[in-house]
Amino acid sequence: MTSNKTTKQPGTTRRGALKTLAAGAAASTLPLWARYAGAQTAEPIRVGFQMHRTGIGAAYGRWYGRTTEAAARLINEAGGINGRPLEIVVEDDGTDPKRGAEVVEKFATQHKCDVGFGTLFSHVVNGSAPRAGELKLPYFIVSEGHQLASGGLNRYTLQPGMTDVKSQVQAMAPFVASNLGKKVTMIFPDYAFGHDHRDYFSEAIEAQGGEVVAKLAIPPTETSFTKYFPKIPRETEVIYHVMVGPAVLTFVKEMGEFFGPSRPELFGFIDSLEAVDITSPGLEFLDGSHFWEGMPRYAQPDQSPYDKFYREQVGVDANGASLNDSRDVSTYAHMFGCWETLYIIKAGMEAANYQGPKDRQALIEAVEAMTDMPHSNEHPQGAKIFNGKTHQGFGPQYISKLEGGMLKVQHTTSIEDTFYPDEVDYTTQSF
Amino acid sequence: MDFGPYLMLASLEGAVTAAVLALTAIGLSLVFGVMRVVNVAHGEFFMLGAVLAWWVASHVGGPPALGFIVALAIAPLAVGGLAALADMTVLKRVNYDPERTIVATIGILYILQQVTLMTYGPEARPVEPPFNTRLALPWFEWGENGFQIYWPWGLSTTSYKLFVIGAAAAVLIGVWILMARTRIGLLMRATQLDREMALAFGIPVERVYATVFGLGGALAALGAVLIVPTQQAHYLMGGDPLLLSFIVVIIGGLGSLPGTVAAAILIGLSDGIISVFFSPMLAKILATMLVALVLVFRPQGLFGSGEK
Repeated sequence: MTSNKTTKQPGTTRRGALKTLAAGAAASTLPLWARYAGAQTAEPIRVGFQMHRTGIGAAYGRWYGRTTEAAARLINEAGGINGRPLEIVVEDDGTDPKRGAEVVEKFATQHKCDVGFGTLFSHVVNGSAPRAGELKLPYFIVSEGHQLASGGLNRYTLQPGMTDVKSQVQAMAPFVASNLGKKVTMIFPDYAFGHDHRDYFSEAIEAQGGEVVAKLAIPPTETSFTKYFPKIPRETEVIYHVMVGPAVLTFVKEMGEFFGPSRPELFGFIDSLEAVDITSPGLEFLDGSHFWEGMPRYAQPDQSPYDKFYREQVGVDANGASLNDSRDVSTYAHMFGCWETLYIIKAGMEAANYQGPKDRQALIEAVEAMTDMPHSNEHPQGAKIFNGKTHQGFGPQYISKLEGGMLKVQHTTSIEDTFYPDEVDYTTQSF
Repeated sequence: MDFGPYLMLASLEGAVTAAVLALTAIGLSLVFGVMRVVNVAHGEFFMLGAVLAWWVASHVGGPPALGFIVALAIAPLAVGGLAALADMTVLKRVNYDPERTIVATIGILYILQQVTLMTYGPEARPVEPPFNTRLALPWFEWGENGFQIYWPWGLSTTSYKLFVIGAAAAVLIGVWILMARTRIGLLMRATQLDREMALAFGIPVERVYATVFGLGGALAALGAVLIVPTQQAHYLMGGDPLLLSFIVVIIGGLGSLPGTVAAAILIGLSDGIISVFFSPMLAKILATMLVALVLVFRPQGLFGSGEK
């Protein structure tokens, strides 16, 4: 192929032009990082964000991403962490436990991240956290699972920005027993998160003089539900449902078709309807039913200025949908956890004067030493109390009623309602 | 719930499942029957049909029935066209070699799935059924006052679910007429029997292949448009139908249309009844075990005619 030989052109070449362009692009970012020149190093602090970008958690992942982005932008605008810019390194884990562990490994070894952050689905947490412990990577989860506070994970794993299922259901049970009914049938997904609900809610409702009359475990990949409903006993006064995944709308619709006009009371976890428009066809059936919300999706009449600020920054309207597309509904009851956790990482790094991976232990100890976190722009969901021994944060919970196509808060629990005795003391474990 | 109404509910649910299975499996069975191609991307054609149904329904105003009818026309055409294109640009290039077509269709599966995620997004979105009335069903008993009709708690179905059962029957009859009574069906059967001989007799085998693959995709999409009002459109929804279609097609006999129908009814009804009376998990275990037994003792399937 001799005809392919070309002589080198003098003057402008494509490669040369590209080089110049790249240099120009780098130069244009100069003022941004030049700001941090006062710190000992201008290297960014890298937070590895383990994102459910694909797989069954994708709708959550997208909003966890947007919330994280907004918080990181604000932190950088305010001068970064310890004078250094914050960089979010995103890796997709496919909502898969095995890939979760690989992502953690990539954060620690390949991206040289300072901490890992952002995992939601409890089975992925269970798959990933042990690897974070082995690699000694501080790992801030935004899950809901109780496995951390029960002592099942390790000292490197923390959940300061999100409350766990055990505390949530314990705070809900008195409301359910006194307002809705005492004979409860539970419908939950058949994996770790659902089992937490089954175990802790049964306990909590019995403490209120109630009783769980039936427990329906549904495989997480199920797509049709009518066949489960005949197992609901006639005496049921309340159905407690906490379904997740893409088929939840079908679940609700088929439950409506099964009961027709004579349904028992319903109490659901909003997890069933996160990222779903409440006014979708088929959901009329839920009108008048009650929901747990981690944070009220619809701006309430007594909305705090912090909630208002948070909504504006993330780009969410008063109905909990994206400002750009009213049909793009957020996972509002959960995603605040990313925002708050990122601010806790910042506060921990500042308290520990964090300089690099060698200070990881100091960072964990600094977070463990935290207790009160006041209701503020950094904690828009409400005040939090962090328990350094169990590595778990505690906060208020909301019970809302679905009326006229929107969720109205009926009851807000106190933080104390969510406390339970410690089951582990991670501070006694060695690093 | 009493035994009688319980059994009736279970059978109704089973019949709906059977209809859904038949609708999803028929395209896969057709493609394998004529082309001997195992189309792993079949579930994604199903998913595309459902997503298109949502897209059409949300862009066509007016009553839900209008959007549904438009979707019923557009989605199979669009997906069928895409499938035919995939046949001409990909499968033809690998000469329909069995191993390579499997790998190629796995590739198509991921491309379709991820493009949908990037454009349509990760949410599950509902499609409103054109009509959907809850029908409470009566049951009878001989009590103290003799013969009585009463309305048991929870014994109900919806008009749309009954429509899905009817539509599945209509689609199956349509495919049968197409295969057995039309010229294009004749060409397909000739190609199925002996590809070389068909070629020698002047049958444009390549065009028949593209048509069949397109038809398989279109049938998947048609099934999806019919089924999606009872579920939701989601980018991962193709996985289940693919697995179930394979189960049905293996039990019924790859490429046998009556076998596909019989297996769909068998699996659907047993799934409905076993999952209502015992557990849904047991129903899935039994279905999978049946596949294993069929593969061991009757590899050609219940209705299959063996290797030619």
